[in-house]
Amino acid sequence: MATTTLNLIGLDKAGYKGKSSTLCQGCGHNSISSQIIAACFDLSLDPSKIIKLSGIGCSSKSPAYFLGRSHGFNSLHGRMPSVATGAVIANHKLKALGVSGDGDTASIGIGQFIHMLRRNVPMVYIIENNGVYGLTKGQFSATADKGQVLKKIGRNPFMPVDVCLEAFVANCGFIARSFAGDPRQVRELIKAALTFDGTAILDIISPCVTFNNRDESTKSYVWGKGHEEPLHDVTLVPKREEIEVDYEPGEVTEVEMHDGSRLMLKKLDRDYDPTDRMAALALLHQAHVDQLLVTGLIYLNRDQETLLDVQGMVDTPLGALDEKALRPSPESLKEIMASMS
Amino acid sequence: MSTHEVAALEAGSQLAGEEIVNDFSMVVATVNGSGSQTSNMAIIRALFRMGLPISGKNLFPSNIQGLPTWFTIRVSADGFVARRDATEILVAMNKATLVEDLQSLVPNGVCFHPDDFEPGLLARPDITYYPMPVQQLVREAAPPKEMRDYIANMVYVGVVANILRIDLGEIRHALETHFQGKAKAVAMNMDVVESAAAWAETNLTKRDPYCVRRDQQTEGLILVDGNTAAALGAVYGGVGFAAWYPITPASSLAEALGDYLPSLRTDPETGKATYSIIQAEDELAAIGMAIGAGWVGARAMTSTSGPGISLMAEFSGLAFFAEVPVVIWDIQRMGPSTGLPTRTSQGDIMFVRFLGHGDTRQVMLLPGSPAECFEFGWRAFDLAERLQTPVFVMSDLDLGMNLWMSEPFVFPDKPMDRGKVLTADDLERLGSFARYRDIDGDGIPYRTLPGNEHPLSPYLARGTGHSEEAVYSERPDDWEANMERLLRKHTNSRTILPRPVIDLSAGAEIGLIGFGTTDPAIMEARQRLLGKGVDTSYLRLRAVPFVEDVGEFIEEHDRVYVIEMNSDGQMRQLLQLEYPELAARVRSLRRNNGLPLTARWITDNLLAAEEI
Ligand SMILES: Cc1ncc(C[n+]2csc(CCOP(=O)(O)OP(=O)(O)O)c2C)c(N)n1
Ligand code: SF4
Ligand SMILES: [Mg+2]
Repeated sequence: MATTTLNLIGLDKAGYKGKSSTLCQGCGHNSISSQIIAACFDLSLDPSKIIKLSGIGCSSKSPAYFLGRSHGFNSLHGRMPSVATGAVIANHKLKALGVSGDGDTASIGIGQFIHMLRRNVPMVYIIENNGVYGLTKGQFSATADKGQVLKKIGRNPFMPVDVCLEAFVANCGFIARSFAGDPRQVRELIKAALTFDGTAILDIISPCVTFNNRDESTKSYVWGKGHEEPLHDVTLVPKREEIEVDYEPGEVTEVEMHDGSRLMLKKLDRDYDPTDRMAALALLHQAHVDQLLVTGLIYLNRDQETLLDVQGMVDTPLGALDEKALRPSPESLKEIMASMS
Repeated sequence: MSTHEVAALEAGSQLAGEEIVNDFSMVVATVNGSGSQTSNMAIIRALFRMGLPISGKNLFPSNIQGLPTWFTIRVSADGFVARRDATEILVAMNKATLVEDLQSLVPNGVCFHPDDFEPGLLARPDITYYPMPVQQLVREAAPPKEMRDYIANMVYVGVVANILRIDLGEIRHALETHFQGKAKAVAMNMDVVESAAAWAETNLTKRDPYCVRRDQQTEGLILVDGNTAAALGAVYGGVGFAAWYPITPASSLAEALGDYLPSLRTDPETGKATYSIIQAEDELAAIGMAIGAGWVGARAMTSTSGPGISLMAEFSGLAFFAEVPVVIWDIQRMGPSTGLPTRTSQGDIMFVRFLGHGDTRQVMLLPGSPAECFEFGWRAFDLAERLQTPVFVMSDLDLGMNLWMSEPFVFPDKPMDRGKVLTADDLERLGSFARYRDIDGDGIPYRTLPGNEHPLSPYLARGTGHSEEAVYSERPDDWEANMERLLRKHTNSRTILPRPVIDLSAGAEIGLIGFGTTDPAIMEARQRLLGKGVDTSYLRLRAVPFVEDVGEFIEEHDRVYVIEMNSDGQMRQLLQLEYPELAARVRSLRRNNGLPLTARWITDNLLAAEEI
């Protein structure tokens, strides 16, 4: 008899799966879905306490393909942040996980994206970045590189939007970049994001095998494999678990996350401190200049108020309040009426 | 017809020396931003407290400071509160519009004016002029610089009160209400009012026939604007979440929520809020947030006006199709486009009715008074949650921003209807769940709320084609079945929507159909028409889709006039669409000039249409 591994809440990995994907074979988005499943399983999250949200695009379809035991909302093109904002306010006990595309976020949705960050809406926000519009068949998105060539479309004459830089400027407290071809890192960063209180941005290069996977494209598998430069080796140790690996002294930076989990950043080639704001800015700039896919946790600031902190709401979710809490007394109405007569 | 002739008609026969009690319109002409609002409110409230039926309408420019503004106060012993075309009394505080303002006065009208206006400007010989020593009294009061304008406006309050016999005690009372008991502000303003009144007593002789006398017609009534009423309705309807983006004339609705919620909806034990308000970055985000909150189970709303409604089109279609409850207040202003931001209209009827692409149909409520704004304020949540659909409440600038006499608001007469929501226990008992299945045959499916821990509970809400299980589907039969169910739901919604208010006049051949703020003008017009031997029935719509009563009403009358404030006769068109077999009977009386309808316009145009 084959044994299935169960996590701390007694679910196996299948408990986090969704319907089978209808995306293209080899699409980066599928690989990210798998890592969302793995991350939630690893963290033993209760699927009924997660809501998944998306906009419109191939990427935004993927909530159907993971977390089948979670409620979700496949909303409008570029407008998922607003729906997520309202949802999180109506029930602050739910963990929101958003999946978007580069078109969804950086083109039509850049406004809502920035305002979500400005409000620090507590949620994980993944951009499955392939530099094209997959679902509408291969037009340039706003993250396409200047000078990039697409078969049918021609050459892109405009500078790309860097969603990590946008997030940085908008004071996002958790900014990570990763590559769908580096599944372990994707998984660990998603786990880290899930333990963060505030908007956590994950810009994941996610190749579109159908429309933008030529080797010279910065959003292709081959380019990613050849140019990825991880900042560190990331491991998220959930709060209830022991740290199993023995690290050499000075080799690892340990960061405590909001829920008590520990993020272990093992040093690779360079010294990098993700809490250093100017270092993060320089890094993003230099990566662009050097045309390198620098991945890992780029910026972390755990000390910012979230939207929920400033709204000052009762502990019971607004969506679960009963009539007694919601409808003031008849006497109070009488008083108001008296003041108007 | 020249303005003068019109004015003469309106004034009727006015004999010199005979008093005209409790029946006139007064216009205060000022400059926007000059602080006259406090003065006008003081006069209105004082008249109201004297027991006189009044209405006040502010015709203001889309401008912060410097352009002309007219505030109209109507006193009517007969209880009519519609705007009138004619003005008997002018308080001329704006020299720039003086000539025009004087022109629009009735023969033998009255004009109060600062005494430094050149005599040459006051050219109409039939008018009774009352100069007011505004500069002198302001100098004597020596107010702080930033209060000068307010104080100057208090001078006319005092002089007008003296000449028209408005009770100064009631003016004081009104100021106390206005300044919420801030004694210093009340005293400073009241001092000027009193010295102005005293000055008038010694220096002016009453030479005009207009005056007020205490009555008891406002006992038990309140004075309120529709946006405050709407906000209170939402508060007592249990609003959990409101998102908005500033726009005239809707802003004051969200601001009133912000005024009332902290005191009414703070948890006494923890001091925390049982609500949340967000000023969004635009109307797209405002409705998106409200939809997100509605999906999760909070009573969610947004409030806006025409341009915002345009931006909300895509989301409105999503909420209709994904079946998410949400309440949207449209405080209509004049469009198309930016139009006239500070002028009223009923021009969004057709657009909102079908807001969203594809075959979208929206439910609309049509409040006709502040009391109905309050009632629909809470009822809209019950309807949205029961029907799992957006509910649009179609108010307008006139209703939303002007002060109205109103019956006091009635506390909701039934518990909240939270609609068909399945709990984990329900799911355990039922053993199966499909989000878009029509179990009860009324077209309304059951929903679960995110957070429900039962494994049967989750579903992926979507604006894409879906099966009963909310799974993406392109199957023609799934699509058709879903659209048929949505239509069934929409059709059935009539049974729980507010019914029209009908006043049948036995034997009347003419039926009038109206909705919203045209109500007072229509009521008054019916009286006038009766005086000319023209009998009419009246149906006031309160919701779309229409109930059968509407069709029956049309059937019962030879000629039905739909009276509305838009250029295309939008409600008329909706009625003709709904009742094609009766379309020929349905005629249109429409006016769309930015001003609230008047009874005279309706009367004249109906008589002309009837060739009487
Ligand atoms: C308002 C609106 N405009 C256009 C579209 C068409 N549309 C669907 S998906 C898409 C682009 C998706 O690109 P991206 O977000 O990068 O997702 P991908 O498919 O690449 O994963 C567009 C333009 C739409 N659905 N809605
Ligand atoms: S078109 Fe591109 S983005 Fe869309 S599923 Fe296929 S590979 Fe993925
Ligand atoms: Mg894309």
